[in-house]
Amino acid sequence: MALSNETIQNKLIEKFGDQVLNFSTASGILSFESPKEINLKVLQYLYEETSLGFTFLTDLCGVNYPDNIGAELVVVYHLHNFTENIRLRYSVSTSVNETAVFTASKLFESANWMERETYDFFGINFVGHPNLKRILNVDEMDYFPLRKQYPLEDQTRIDKDDEMFGRG
Amino acid sequence: MEHQSHITLPKGSIEKTTTTLNIGPTHPATHGVFQNIMEVDGERVVSTEQTVGYIHRAFEKLAERRPLYQITPITDRLNYCSSPINNMGWHITCERFLQLELPKRVDYLRVIIMELARISDHLICNSIVGVDTGAYTGFLYVMQYRELIYEIYEEVCGSRLTTNIGRIGGFERNFTNTAFTKLEKFLNEYPKVLKEFESLFARNRIFMERTQGTGGISAERALNYGFTGPNLRAAGIDYDVRVQQPYSSYQDFDFKVPVGTTGDNYDRFLVRNAEMYESISIIKQAYQKIQNFKGAEAEVYHADVPEYYLPKKEDVYTKMEALIWHFKIIMGEIELPKGQIYSAVEGGNGELGFYLISDGGRTPFRLHFRRPCFIYYQAFEELIKGGMLSDAVVTMSSLNLIAGELDA
Repeated sequence: MALSNETIQNKLIEKFGDQVLNFSTASGILSFESPKEINLKVLQYLYEETSLGFTFLTDLCGVNYPDNIGAELVVVYHLHNFTENIRLRYSVSTSVNETAVFTASKLFESANWMERETYDFFGINFVGHPNLKRILNVDEMDYFPLRKQYPLEDQTRIDKDDEMFGRG
Repeated sequence: MEHQSHITLPKGSIEKTTTTLNIGPTHPATHGVFQNIMEVDGERVVSTEQTVGYIHRAFEKLAERRPLYQITPITDRLNYCSSPINNMGWHITCERFLQLELPKRVDYLRVIIMELARISDHLICNSIVGVDTGAYTGFLYVMQYRELIYEIYEEVCGSRLTTNIGRIGGFERNFTNTAFTKLEKFLNEYPKVLKEFESLFARNRIFMERTQGTGGISAERALNYGFTGPNLRAAGIDYDVRVQQPYSSYQDFDFKVPVGTTGDNYDRFLVRNAEMYESISIIKQAYQKIQNFKGAEAEVYHADVPEYYLPKKEDVYTKMEALIWHFKIIMGEIELPKGQIYSAVEGGNGELGFYLISDGGRTPFRLHFRRPCFIYYQAFEELIKGGMLSDAVVTMSSLNLIAGELDA
């Protein structure tokens, strides 16, 4: 039986009730959210339930929505079931002041570095991670650069000495 | 007399029986800028810690300030051994997001370019494995065919390594006759060279002894570590994005997905080698299909999308519409639709994914690159633990670690 987005949605609702919410389908991929407290339960259910079989973590990344007060930071998981060839997007959100989210690295070895990267850029604290430290930026850095509060330099600023940049 | 030292050594570093060995960030064995701090007991590797990030360039942050077309040159610099695949992957992501339909001829031209890029990527990887096992000849010999591939790129887009090839909606110009002549030359000559290269290595006793049984990984562990591409297929899983989620009309082509069994260095070599033959066959099929187009169809090289595809220069000078579009595109004044998309292509190293979130502005709200290299490099310690140091070096090159893709 081919696995469809509806089947996945029904199974998740059957298991987690109203804790899984905001189902939507964007370009063929089913997306949904849940409170961050049950992220491991959801991932484990998706992994271990044989009729779902999302055993491959394609991607894990962070997103920062500064206007969503109380849910500024989002962790997005992209999962893949190879045998049924179906993808799934799952996200949990957390406040910028309380950034603890459970680590998925016990379930997926691949999450280890992806979570380190997400920590590095967004400051999401993955609880239980074996080695949560910066990976791409220097260890001395004391901010999380991909948060929206750090804009890129304005390209039209005029207080620079143009001659230094060969434009004088 | 008490010994005075200006160097503070970590506690226990005199008493310990293993040696700390630092490979990288610039070292001939790494073939790129990344570091390994290894603990070795004699010649056996006890443990290793990989350090990446030496050429991190904040691509994801940069992309948040650029209109879509300005992000293409950024993708060049991910896996710079096969930049055209990255470029096309990005264009395809944009086109899927904007729901653009492309003419078949554009798809086939893209397939040719992407498969050429795959060949040049695998060619470098396999010949470097040869260099690291002590056979330099193969590397030097196949370079002239990589050169020929680069000449084809040059003919199509004007540059060689960081190609910025194609545009959203098609190609910047049609392929010239010279490009097709060079492609024919490549198709005629390269299979023989590849056969010769293969027979230098594939059944070579020394090469087999060096690569068989080293750096192996089981299919189960490879999946858990997020392996994709040739490295996953060498472990026995036939996952290929070109087959599973065809893009750019890959469904029109007939090709095999080669798989290995043990996931060791030898299998990785053989899988890449077999994939190059499949790529040649795909290019031949695509070239055949392109020659079958007749009349006006045979001249099509882009879709009709004025919002994203730059108008012809002579039109810009003479027509109002074209001038407006030209200005709007160049200044990045096109508003994107709201939404998000994850789109992947089969890169040289595996599933190269683009996760794009748009809030309706002129630039992406967030763009994340799924870089296959970055994800599977974490398995390196498991692959080499307990093995010889010299095998670790071969494993490093057979994984095809590209610093640009590790760091983004």
